[in-house]
Amino acid sequence: MSDAPKLDAIDRALIVATQGGLPLAARPYRLVGEQVGVSAEEVMARLRAMLDAGIIRRIGAVPNHYAIGWTANGMTVWDVADERVDELGGRVGSLDFVTHCYRRPRALPDWPYNLFAMVHGNSRDEVRDQAARIAALLGDASRGGDILFSTRILKKTGLRIQVAAD
Amino acid sequence: MPELDAVDRKIIDELQGGFPLCDEPYAAAAAQLGISGDELLGRLRRLLDARVLTRFGPLVQIERMGGAFVLAALRVPEERYDEVAGLVNALPQVAHNYRREHALNMWFVLATETPAGIGAAIARIEEATGLPVYAFPKEREYFVEMKLAARA
Repeated sequence: MSDAPKLDAIDRALIVATQGGLPLAARPYRLVGEQVGVSAEEVMARLRAMLDAGIIRRIGAVPNHYAIGWTANGMTVWDVADERVDELGGRVGSLDFVTHCYRRPRALPDWPYNLFAMVHGNSRDEVRDQAARIAALLGDASRGGDILFSTRILKKTGLRIQVAAD
Repeated sequence: MPELDAVDRKIIDELQGGFPLCDEPYAAAAAQLGISGDELLGRLRRLLDARVLTRFGPLVQIERMGGAFVLAALRVPEERYDEVAGLVNALPQVAHNYRREHALNMWFVLATETPAGIGAAIARIEEATGLPVYAFPKEREYFVEMKLAARA
C-alpha cells in the first residue's frame, strides 16, 4: 500500500517489543524504552502517533472470547447479489451482535459466499437466531447462507512481525 | 470457564482500549476502575495466566503498515487434522487458526508485512500439507469491532 505511513526503525522496534504484551509493571513505557533505547516520553509519543495514524487500533486487553462467556461463535456466510452486497453489508455490519463484516471473493464452485459476518453468542441457538435476523435483513438479495461454528481454537497469537527491518 | 468476579468483568469490559499513555498507566487506569494499580496488575496477571486474556497491549493494524491480512481455509481429511494443524500453526504468519464445522474445516488468518508475503505463506502451506489453500482476501470492510463485553 503506497499510502501506508512510514515507520522508522524505532517504531518497528516498539511494535516488536510490545506485540506480545506490555510489561506488567508500574512504568511499562519506561521498561519498553530501555529495551528499545529511547526515553519513556518518546515511547508514549510514538505510540500516540501510531494510534492516531491507525497503525495501532487500540491498546488494552485482548480477551479470549470463549473464556468470557461468548462460547458460541459462528462465521455466517452469504451469497448476496453483487449489485446489492455493499449496501446490505453496511447494514449487516451495524447489527449489534456482528463483530466483523467483510465482502470477500467467492471460490466457485466450492464456495458461493461473498459476504462474511462474524457473530457471537452464548449458545448455538442464540447464534442461529442471530443468523436468522441477518437472513431476514438480506431477504431475496441472498441466494443462500451457512453458519460455520468454531469448535476449537487451534492458534491465537495475533500479529507477530519479524525483527528484520525493511 | 474460569470464575470472573465483578471487578474482573469491569476490567475486561472497560480496558479493551484507551489504555493511558502516561508514566504510570496501570495506576491511572485502575483509578478509573476504582481499584489500586497493584490490584489491577495482579488481576491482569491472573487473567492472562488463566487465558481469559490472550494479551494485554497494543493491537496493530498491519494493513496500515503496508502489510496484509488474508483469511484462508483448508479442507483437511479428518485423519490428518492434528498433523496439518501443526504444520499450519508452525508458520509465524498464521495469526490465528480455528477449527470450524464445514467441508472447509480449518480457517486461519495470515498476517504478513508485505502483500507478497501472503502468496509465499500460502505456497509454503500448500507445499507442507499437499492441500490446496482457499484464500479469501477482504474486498471491502463493512465493520470491525473486536470489543465484546464479559457475560455473566
